[in-house]
Formats: sequence, structure tokens, C-alpha cells
Amino acid sequence: MTFIGWFQILAVLGAVIVCAWPFGLYMTRVFIGERTPLSPLLLPIERMFYIAAGVRLEKEQSWLAYTLAMLTFNASGFLLLFVLLRLQSLLPLNPQGFGGVASDLAFNTAMSFTTNTNWQAYGGETTMSHLVQMAGLAVQNFLSAATGIALAIAVIRAFARNSAQTLGNFWVDVTRGTLYVLLPLSIIVALLFALTGVPQTLAGSVEATTLEGVKQTIALGPVASQEAIKQLGTNGGGFFNANAAHPFENPNAWSNMLSIWSMLLISTALTFTFGRMVGDRRQGNALLVAMYALLITATAVVYWAETSGNPLLAKAGVDMAAGNLEGKEVRFGQALSALYVVATTGLSCGAVNTMHNSLMPLGGLVPLFLIQLGEILPGGVGSGLYGMIVIAILTVFIAGLMVGRTPEYLGKKIEAREMKLAMLALLILPLVILGFAAAAAMLPNALESLANAGPRGLSEILYAYSSAAGNNGSAFAGLSANTPWYNTTLGIAMLLGRFAYVVPVMAIAGAIAAKKKVPASSGTFPTHGPLFVGLLIGVILILGGLQYFPALALGPIVEHFLMHAGKTF
Amino acid sequence: MLSHLRPALVMLSLFTLLAGLIYPLAITGVAQVLLPSGANGSLVLRANQVVGSELIGQTFLSDRYFWSRPSAAGEKGHDAAGSLGSNLGPLSKKLIDRVEGDVAALRKAGAMSIPVDAVTTSASGLDPHISPGYAALQIGRVAAARSVPEARVRAAVETTIERPALGFLGEPRINVLRLNLALDAASPGGADR
Repeated sequence: MTFIGWFQILAVLGAVIVCAWPFGLYMTRVFIGERTPLSPLLLPIERMFYIAAGVRLEKEQSWLAYTLAMLTFNASGFLLLFVLLRLQSLLPLNPQGFGGVASDLAFNTAMSFTTNTNWQAYGGETTMSHLVQMAGLAVQNFLSAATGIALAIAVIRAFARNSAQTLGNFWVDVTRGTLYVLLPLSIIVALLFALTGVPQTLAGSVEATTLEGVKQTIALGPVASQEAIKQLGTNGGGFFNANAAHPFENPNAWSNMLSIWSMLLISTALTFTFGRMVGDRRQGNALLVAMYALLITATAVVYWAETSGNPLLAKAGVDMAAGNLEGKEVRFGQALSALYVVATTGLSCGAVNTMHNSLMPLGGLVPLFLIQLGEILPGGVGSGLYGMIVIAILTVFIAGLMVGRTPEYLGKKIEAREMKLAMLALLILPLVILGFAAAAAMLPNALESLANAGPRGLSEILYAYSSAAGNNGSAFAGLSANTPWYNTTLGIAMLLGRFAYVVPVMAIAGAIAAKKKVPASSGTFPTHGPLFVGLLIGVILILGGLQYFPALALGPIVEHFLMHAGKTF
Repeated sequence: MLSHLRPALVMLSLFTLLAGLIYPLAITGVAQVLLPSGANGSLVLRANQVVGSELIGQTFLSDRYFWSRPSAAGEKGHDAAGSLGSNLGPLSKKLIDRVEGDVAALRKAGAMSIPVDAVTTSASGLDPHISPGYAALQIGRVAAARSVPEARVRAAVETTIERPALGFLGEPRINVLRLNLALDAASPGGADR
């Protein structure tokens, strides 16, 4: 670890916070329906959308109607994408002439992009036509992210409102999320990516003759526009197989910084939006402090583990001064590779500039554990915030148990119904992750897919199901996941991780919205101070540890000790 | 649920049009006009021939050229139509064996200390850069193969080093293709091997 390394890390995070604050303010105005600087341009388009879709702006929905609208929208998005993938060979903008996608892979991919997971069991430049990339995958990059933002806004409204029966209108929120938030940001970021050297063309590939006279086919495409929304929407699905490690997706230190900045921006900004909308900015700040304290600690662990280098390679005669560089690119350096690893998994982004499967044992433990903590640090756009609110509810409940009072959060009493629903949501992830991973670890045909033997093999399986259920999408790549077993089970894991989680959360929102706000009394546990932040961090870590420590002990932890004992597999 | 069907389908169509076609095509138009080089893949031309992309690493085997990092993309490495890392974990026997082989080869060529990027594969398999340390290791070999003084090759390396942006962002690195092109331009006869 170096001073200059930490300076780079803190410069990027500082840039995120500085920009997220005004942007959170802007999003507040957008979702409250106030005028914004972009309104003169976008209001006519927004109105046209509502008229065509038959949506009445002022007609609000109950939690159930809101949720059903969301499910219908996502189900239609899934079907459209599935059909596009299957029929790819018959559609235009396919310069490389790729064939239709097999049904199990199409199911997995369509599920992956509609749930904001962007797990990719295929290599982008060898499978997907430009039309599918742009009009199929990237559209879901926008819409799954807008869905997440809409759901978070609905949950925020539940706490902001007093004895309310409605949470807003899903169609209005999702339209505004796309038109006012994602699209303008994507245009700016895509142009900035193009400025750093990211290609943007409709050509398929170029033939080069290298200096030694060998033919090199260089795959190209509309990369900058995909890269922008992939990062901003915490989607993470790469245009190329190597994702943001590919020099065309991420050519230099500037693009790398832009990459990290854009994936953190909206999720961070939403904590400010939260504070504004519930009328107490300190509430948003408390969540933000907890998220970033854990994020920076996690970065320190990865940075330390990776710069320590691989003792087995040192024994082979390699000078490890530059740290572990297997699966890393020279241009990024250890500091911003470590920050990327942590940001992409603390968020549910899943873009990678480093191959996670080649991380050191403890360097690989961190991203795996961050995903298992539920993608809340600061989490996917929208999904991170509502996930964090569920944990906050759990935290006030535990604090309430300690002092024997009915817990409150933001002036709303948390009672049995909310706690039951919160537990239902929280238990989905371990059930899916550990259940499927246990099954895969027993099945010979699932084990054939492993790329590494020993504890790393178990980590590959565990990572795959964590990534799918947490809607992250990064991988301990190398696991041959393009098989009917993995395509199907991972697809189901993504589906449950997204929707089986969010339906109970929306039910909580419905119940909370209907409650009367009680004024804070001297007995109210303040949820904006350091005590609450500490308790929140404690609950996150204890919950995650209790659920996953046994599995992690058999994976990365034992691997760390075996490495120092000099064992190879 | 049926009442939600019309808005779902209409919104999906409109957003596919707006975000799936208009947005990427508009960005393509702007990028092609304002940034034609980058937008088309930062291709490098020599005598009107595309010899590669400045951003994409390629395989060099000749002693006359500086070598890139090992690559796991494609059988021969540096397959720019199929990017790939090795995905080998730190305890992998395959990894250790491969590194031991590469170390032995470099030792035979006279290397004393072996920088880690010289024997590890990059994440994309297309890393266009090497570290200044790995470049320094190769100066003697390249100078001998080209029958030029080492100082001249060293000077070419020095001028090709890219420093961190603003002095702190990123790592000092050397673009292998650019360095080899500069060498070919400086010492004639670079075209024959």
C-alpha cells in the first residue's frame, strides 16, 4: 500500500460524494414532480409517453398495484429480450453474423438483464449482435435500473407520508427515472468515455496485420454508449468478455476513474434524496456513513491482500514488489484495481477491471462477502437503498428489544407485521445462495464446470450463486457457467433474489405508509447519530457472518492458510 | 394485471426506440464526427496498413521486438476477437507451472530479477502495456538483435514511458506496440525478420 495509492482511492470517492450531493437534490425534485433545468426539454416527451401508454399522472397506486405494475413491466421486458436473443440471426445490425442464442442461455441472459444482474454466461464479442447489445441488453440496462430507482422512491415515500394509502405511480416514476436521471447522465458519460478512447462504431471488427505479419481480428462496436449505462445503472454487463478490463471498455486511468465514479454516483445520491424526502437530511447521512465506512475498510483489505503478492510465485523466483498481477492490467495499478473490486461488489454492479478468480484468497473473500451482505454498500441503484432500509428496520428492532420499547424508524412504529415481512425478505438470499451452492457442490455435472480445484473450486460455485441471487453479475470467471444446469439454476436465483426480495419489501412499504407518524419523544432511539451507525454496521456484519461464515471458512479462508503452507492444487 | 399490460407494452416499445436505438445511434454520430480515431478503435497505420490498435496488445516473438505480457486470450495469445483472462487462482498448479516455465526462460536469457508483469497474464489477455521494469529487462536482448547500442534502445524506452495522469492517477507504463514502432522507425531494416 502506498500513500499515492490511497490518494487515488480517496480522490475518486471524494469526487463521487461531491457530485452525489447536488444530484441527490436534483433527483428529489424530479420525483416530487417539481420543475428542473431539464423540464423544458423533457416535459413534452414525458407527456407524450403518458398519453401513448394511457397513464394518468395524478393517479397514484397502492403498494399492491405499484408492485403488480412493476412485475408486469419486467415480465414483458424479459419476454421481449428472450425473443430478441432467440431470433438474433434473423435480425439486422449483425455484422459478424452470429446465430440465435440457445434457449437455456437466452433464459439466463434475459433474466440476468431484467433483474439488473448482468451475469454473463457468454462472451459478448463472440455471441451478441450489435442490435441485441443496443436494443435488447442496453434497454434493460436502463429499465432495470429505473425499476430499482422507482422502487426505492416508493419505499422512501412510505416513510415520508402520514397515514397514506398510496406510494406514487410506478409508470410515472419509471419514466422519470429513465428520462430525467439515466438518459441525460448516460449521454454525458458516454461522450466522456469516447473522449478517453472508448470506441463507438457500428462496424463489427477490423483486420490488422501485426508487426510480425500475423493477422489480428479486433472486435469493435458501439461500446461507449453501452459502457455509460452499464456503469450508471450498476448493471455491469460488459460489451466484451473481459468486461471493463478490456482496453476498449476501459483504456486508461481516466476511463477507470470515470467507471468507478459513475457506478457509485446514483446509489450514493439516493441517500441524499432519502434524507431530503423524509425531511431529515441526517437520516440519509447516517446510512451513507455506514456504507462508506464499510466500503473503505473493504478496500483496505483487498489493497493489502493484493499488494502483499503471491508467496508461491515469490518462491518461483518472481519479484512480487508490484503485488499480484495475474488477472490485472498494468495501466490501472493495485489501488484503483482494489477500489474497483470493492465498489463493483459493494454495489450490485458486477463490472470488473480485474479477474476476481485470480485475486488472492483474502482479496477474493472480500467481494464474495460484500455480495452476501445483500448488496447494500451502497448497493445497486435503488435496490441498495431499500435493502439498507430493511437492515435499518432490523437494527431499530434489535435496539428496541434491548431496551424493551416498541421500535420506531423515522416516526413510524415497527410492529410484528413489518418484522415478519423483513425477515421473509432477508432469508431469501441465504436460502437461494446456500441451497443452490450445496446442490451444485454435490452434482458431478456441476462440478465438471470448475476451473480450479481445491477450496477455490468451492468459492467459484459459492460466488456464482451469491452473484446471481445478489443481482451482482460479477464472477469467479473460469467456471464454465454456460451449461443447462447453471443457466437454469442461476436464472432462478436471479429471479428470486430480485423479486422474491422486493415483494415483501413493498408490502412493508404499504404497511408503513398507512401508519401515523408519531412525534419523537425522549424515549425515541435517534437514528442519525454515531450509536445508530455503529449498531447498523454491527447488524450488517453479524447477520452476514452468521449466515455465511461456515461456507466462507471452507473456501477463501482455508485457502489463505493453505497458501502459506505452500500447498497447490 | 391486465390493466397494466398496455402501459407495460407501450413504455417498453417507446424506451426501446429511445434508449435502444436513438441514444446509441446519436452517440455514434457525435463520436464519429468529433472523435473519429478513438471511435474507430485507435487504429495504428504504417504505410497505409493497419498494424493494430494502440489500445490492444499483440504478440511479439522476435528478439528484435519488446515482448508483451503473457496472454490467456486465444491459443496463440492476444486474440482481440475473444478477450480472456487465465482465471487461475493463486494456488493453481497450472499457474505455478506456467510461471516457473516463464521464469526459467527469462533466466536463461540472462535476467536477474523478474518483475511480476513479465510472467503473469493480464485480465483481458489484451494488455497493451508493460511495466518500465519489464522493459528494462529486455533492452539488452533487443539491442543485440538489432545490432544497435543499448543506449539508443534505452532512450527509445524512456521517451515511450507514459506517466500517471496529473502525476498520481494510474501507473507508469510502456505501450509495447508504440515502442516497437518507434524502434522500427529509428533502425531501418525493421520490416524484415
